[in-house]
Amino acid sequence: MPDYQVSINGEPRTANDVDADTPLLWVLRDVLDMKGTKFGCGIAQCGACTVHLGGTPIRSCSFPISAVTQEVTTVEGLSDGGELSALQKTWVELDVPQCGYCQAGQLMSATALLKSNSNPTDADIDSAMQGNICRCNSYARIREAIHQAADMEKEEGNV
Amino acid sequence: MSDSTVNAHLHNWPKMNRRRFIKVSGIGGGLAIGGISGCGPTEPRPSDISMQSLDSDQLLELNAFVHVLPDGQVQVYAKNPEIGQGIKTSFPMIVAEEMDADFTRIKIVQSPINQAVFGAQFAGGSRSTPDNWDRLRQAGATARAMLISAAADRWGVDQSQCRTEAHQVINMQTGASLDYAELTFDAAKLPLPDAERLELKSRDEYRLLGTRVSGVDNPDIVQGKPLFGIDQQLPGMKYAAFAKAPRIGGRAVSANLDEILDMPGISQAFILGGSGGPTQLRSGVAIVGDNSWRVFKAKRALRIEWDNSNASTDDWQRIQADAESKANQSGTVLAETGDVDTALQNSSKTLKAWYSYKFVGHATLEPQNCTAWYHEGILEFWAPSQTPGSAIPLVADTLGLPAESIVVHQTRVGGGFGRRLMNDYVCEAGAIAKMVAAPIKLQWDREDDMRDDFFRAGGFNQLEAALSPEGKMQTFHNHHISFTNDGDRAVAGGGPFTAAAASLEFPVHTLANYRMSQTLLPLQIPCGYWRAPFSNTLAFVTQSFFHEVSDAAGRDHLEFLLELMGNGDWLVEGNPSALNPQRGTAVIRAVAEMAGWGREMEPGRALGLAFYFSHRGHFAEVVDVSVDEDKAVLINKVWVAGDIGLIVNKSGAEHQWIGSVLDGISSMAAQEIDIDEGAIRQTNFHQYPLLRIQQVPEVEVQFIESDFSPTGSGEPALPPIAPAVCNAIYTASGHRIRNLPMSVEGFSLKSQRSI
Ligand code: FES
Ligand code: FES
Repeated sequence: MPDYQVSINGEPRTANDVDADTPLLWVLRDVLDMKGTKFGCGIAQCGACTVHLGGTPIRSCSFPISAVTQEVTTVEGLSDGGELSALQKTWVELDVPQCGYCQAGQLMSATALLKSNSNPTDADIDSAMQGNICRCNSYARIREAIHQAADMEKEEGNV
Repeated sequence: MSDSTVNAHLHNWPKMNRRRFIKVSGIGGGLAIGGISGCGPTEPRPSDISMQSLDSDQLLELNAFVHVLPDGQVQVYAKNPEIGQGIKTSFPMIVAEEMDADFTRIKIVQSPINQAVFGAQFAGGSRSTPDNWDRLRQAGATARAMLISAAADRWGVDQSQCRTEAHQVINMQTGASLDYAELTFDAAKLPLPDAERLELKSRDEYRLLGTRVSGVDNPDIVQGKPLFGIDQQLPGMKYAAFAKAPRIGGRAVSANLDEILDMPGISQAFILGGSGGPTQLRSGVAIVGDNSWRVFKAKRALRIEWDNSNASTDDWQRIQADAESKANQSGTVLAETGDVDTALQNSSKTLKAWYSYKFVGHATLEPQNCTAWYHEGILEFWAPSQTPGSAIPLVADTLGLPAESIVVHQTRVGGGFGRRLMNDYVCEAGAIAKMVAAPIKLQWDREDDMRDDFFRAGGFNQLEAALSPEGKMQTFHNHHISFTNDGDRAVAGGGPFTAAAASLEFPVHTLANYRMSQTLLPLQIPCGYWRAPFSNTLAFVTQSFFHEVSDAAGRDHLEFLLELMGNGDWLVEGNPSALNPQRGTAVIRAVAEMAGWGREMEPGRALGLAFYFSHRGHFAEVVDVSVDEDKAVLINKVWVAGDIGLIVNKSGAEHQWIGSVLDGISSMAAQEIDIDEGAIRQTNFHQYPLLRIQQVPEVEVQFIESDFSPTGSGEPALPPIAPAVCNAIYTASGHRIRNLPMSVEGFSLKSQRSI
């Protein structure tokens, strides 16, 4: 069975002996022991498995390893040497998680949104986040945490 | 009515149960205070135990265990699982408050599973907080008293000259202070204070309780740390999938196992016959391999011959026809006061309505999974369960193993909602692990999870009411048609828990004639508890119908509901599980004021109101909806007023209340599990829509903090939302929704904005 070389959070990684159709999700979780990315539905319906491929959010449950040619970013790669990102900070400050299971995927979608839109409206948030289910319904805090992180980044002059 | 007026009426809270604590030494030094379960006040118990003198079983005996380490860090043991309800944060808050500890220096440690010594270990029924409130406060107060006493000795002053604040004892004469870290060693040598004389803080002294504290695991969650059951990883671990019958109850006879074994990475494939029905081990084909994807692929390649001779033939169409044919039969009477039949016959104004609601599933976002390892005669589990305690006897019974050989570790749980009260997936993992010479992680896919659930039972209600000439509801009959799996009792969540509970249902206390009767139809599909069991559907039925009655009487719904509530006393004095009309009235009035009840609304837009009491919580909710000609419903806003006594963590409670309200909206909008000749039609989220961010209305909550001890926040906000929405839709559109989900009546939920 083939081996695949991929770059994840800036590190070259090798997935040995996996089938070409193995979704990136299972390579991350089972082969590379990176458990941050979660399994929810397996059919691109819930967003729990969201990672970035070349900076764009994708559902890793429905993306085969053999098609991964660009840099992969996962929730483990969001904080910079232990320093939480603005979104991670507002997520903690506003106590966004309930069970917490969906939150890695939510953060990945939100991070991609803020990268392309430093001042998102509620409608922008709706369209970027509508693919991410929160079964615990923490949605209002997710929205607020995105707004506050956008403000924080502005104040820090990051955008 | 203001909060203080409510409080004036409600001071009869039952006496606190004093606990007996013991002091423990020898575990890393410092001051350790534990309690022995089953230790009655008169039983002689040592007040001082050395850890070295305990064997490992006795070590487990410590509960409500507060340990002040030599560096001043405080550890609190929690015996109940964390399922997102927030106890890992709220329990240490309670201890920290009584200890005057710095919350950042307090940490919760999840205790091992051993029900013989810890008592019941579960998270369900909104019970974690009420069950632990007294013991946590007393453990904290005990530690504080000993730290004060150690400081007073050090300074040679009277204890009355010392006070505590932020992890320090302060000498009020000199202003000197000592950190708890400097005192634990001495405190550990002191005798325990007398439990009877222990002083607990009064509510106005609280500094931490009632504030907003972010969940203690949040920093780990946002960095994707492996906290959940699904994240367990053991050396040499294999992955397992388990294929079960499409028709519930089917048994695997044979399968193309040789072909499966030829697939890459698959090491084992075998048939399990099943044991003890769906709560234990269903029959199916297990596949073991080297990653989840490969076992999933192999599962899809299976061709299994099923023996369906004992499989379910349940079918919603037939169930519905059967229920309708029994609507006017009398059923078994669960509770009755007055003379309902005569009152209905003699009244000039009566109403009758038929309500129904379909089955729904739990759909926890973390699909069921369990890691198990059978080694040296020990079966060890890492189980994301709401009831890790009862998993041990269940597995022992299912697999014929001695309970002593089973060990269960708690993990974080990616959503409970009642699904993980069942431990069927734990039994499965155990049965598979027994066949494999390595640890295994059993992973269900979403399709398994949706099909092999313990559903919230669907059901039917025939309702009748009679009005007096003045428009007062005096008579109410509720004929509830539900299901039984065993021909005897209602399925879990399919009926009131007891006849006594049926006799306490709102508004029995203000009616002249009340009857609740029940008819149970046979059902093989497994049912279970789903957030606010039974209340979640009964509230829809009764609170919608009472609005129908008030409308028929030409009365304002708020005024009508307050009349039904009355202002009498507690239904069962001193019993927090019974309705308290004064608390009920207070939340109804509060929510009406928040929402501006009675104001003019534009055509097609209206407010709807509902009240419900469940899980010791009194909740009233108002919803503002707009309904268009296409039956598309926009929920403009929701207001919630609830009373669960003191709020421990305002952030956590608000989360649970809003989450419950939205869960109620999510399920009433379009969720249904269709039963089709013993099989479940829905397979994944594309057929079972969960609420998404663009559909979420603003929800405003008000905590009515009456003088009662805190009770659970995870469930009681859910029941009133469906009737409040339906009542608003009726007033806005003239259409009465009597069947849920509302999609079956052609209604849909609109997004808040166009995107
Ligand atoms: S697991 Fe990938 S979208 Fe649900
Ligand atoms: S926090 Fe539980 S699914 Fe989102």
